[in-house]
Amino acid sequence: MSVAEPLIAAHGLVKRFGDFTAVAGIDLEVRAGEAFGFLGPNGAGKSSTMRMIGCVSPPTGGTLRVLGMDPVRAGSAIRARLGVCPQQDSLDPELTVRENLIVYARYFGIPRKVARQRADELIEFVQLTERADDTVEPLSGGMKRRLTIARALVNEPAIVLLDEPTTGLDPQARHLVWERLFQLKQRGVTLVLTTHYMDEAEQLCDRLVVMDGGKIVAEGSPRQLIERYSTREVVELRFAEAALDTYVGKLEGIGERLELLPDRILLYAADGDLAVAAVADRALRPSSVLVRRSGLEDVFLHLTGRTLVD
Amino acid sequence: MVTLLLPRLAARADARVRRAAAVTGRNVAAARHFGYWWALVSGFFEPVLYLLSIGLGVGALIKTFTLPDGRTISYAAFVAPAMLAASAMNGALTEAMNMVGKMRYMRLYDAVLATPVQPFEVALGELMWGLVRGSSYSLAFLVMMVGMQLTTVGWALVAFPATVIVGFAFGGLGMAVATYVRSWQDFDYVMVVQFALFLFSGTFAPADSYPWGVQVLVQVTPLYHGVELLRGLTTGTLNWGLLGHTAYLVALASVGLTIAGRRMGRLLCR
Repeated sequence: MSVAEPLIAAHGLVKRFGDFTAVAGIDLEVRAGEAFGFLGPNGAGKSSTMRMIGCVSPPTGGTLRVLGMDPVRAGSAIRARLGVCPQQDSLDPELTVRENLIVYARYFGIPRKVARQRADELIEFVQLTERADDTVEPLSGGMKRRLTIARALVNEPAIVLLDEPTTGLDPQARHLVWERLFQLKQRGVTLVLTTHYMDEAEQLCDRLVVMDGGKIVAEGSPRQLIERYSTREVVELRFAEAALDTYVGKLEGIGERLELLPDRILLYAADGDLAVAAVADRALRPSSVLVRRSGLEDVFLHLTGRTLVD
Repeated sequence: MVTLLLPRLAARADARVRRAAAVTGRNVAAARHFGYWWALVSGFFEPVLYLLSIGLGVGALIKTFTLPDGRTISYAAFVAPAMLAASAMNGALTEAMNMVGKMRYMRLYDAVLATPVQPFEVALGELMWGLVRGSSYSLAFLVMMVGMQLTTVGWALVAFPATVIVGFAFGGLGMAVATYVRSWQDFDYVMVVQFALFLFSGTFAPADSYPWGVQVLVQVTPLYHGVELLRGLTTGTLNWGLLGHTAYLVALASVGLTIAGRRMGRLLCR
């Protein structure tokens, strides 16, 4: 494998389950050291793509190369160098925290002594030292997630695949996971993750693709995507007096674009304060006004016409 | 050509066995926790209770049994090797059915298959564990048979590896069946078949005492071959037929294991 060759390369990649097309022909490249994200709502095809990259789901069509190899023919050799953190924790409930890591290391052919030592290091890395000899079942969701991440690192992988690493976690647990993932990134580990949290994608990803309906609808760094598909600032307006849609016409011409949501109206503008002033000039009295910087959520809204919360 | 190919094939086979052994290792780690040992011990008692109740109970009425070579043995000595085969079967099948839980409910293999371990190696590793369990039953049972003078130490030592082959066959078969089990009701079907095998495989009466049609049916089923093989060995009546029984059991194990590996791949790597 040459230095320039991407770690993951897909061209026209398709995954079908019977009549259902989960992934409808996508192209992507992930390079060494990159943190790459798949962003999209449930059912967009993110997990199916991840499973194909993880060599546990054969592609229906197109080409896919991971670490320069073909996942169908060299699945075992590729998986030896991947770390996988699946969407649902698949920890072994009959084993302790430590045993989960040691047993898993043995699947990679790691000698017992090295496995033990690495288990101790990883338990410390994800702050589970006090629970090391407890069985997995009574652990909290956040702890299980951290253990799953630790398990994904037991073979010192070249690529770590994380499918919705923080879904269902409370804010503190999420931040701890992010911190650890960020540390991995600093160490030069290539991260590939899926998420439907915008803040997660903005914090962790160097580059991302937005998926919808099995297709990639946009690609770039978070900053690029925001610049390309949104404005610098967004004004969020709420009105208490009348139905929201009656204001759409009255607001026309303010800012570059307007988005009507069930509970508020978004005005996309380069200068938010100017837009707010313009709203006041038209004698409209919103019940609340919020000027904020534009984010990935706005990009997503623009690209798919709906919010990510589902 | 051959000199180049052989080491490579050997290395590949070695890697496969090592990965399968890692799967077995998982079970060893889990068994260290207390609860498992009870399940392990309880499986041993069933054939022992049958031996005591039927072997000795009915044996008190029948007294002696004439072997094909004209020697006479006690009825208990006739029944004991059949119970030995049944206990090897029970150990292997129980472990194979546990695989359903691991695959469908605990979803253990989803994580295993994300590593270099392949579906066939999972099946092989689970089979090896089933053999450990089945063999521990067999060993204890053989010790008891020697103690009750139902066989000799020498023949018991010969019979032990044969019990491993019986366990191997039922492990392979059981694992293939396990990939078809979808609900708790399916477990009931498996148990009914298992019990029918236990009763009608020449266990309590020689198979040639059955009507011709039943006899043929019995000779197709696996436990019959296990019983005949072990009975030949523990009573010391050697004949060429024993090789046939062994071949049948080895073939069953390989076919079962291959089917199990393929089906697991299809079920889990979709």
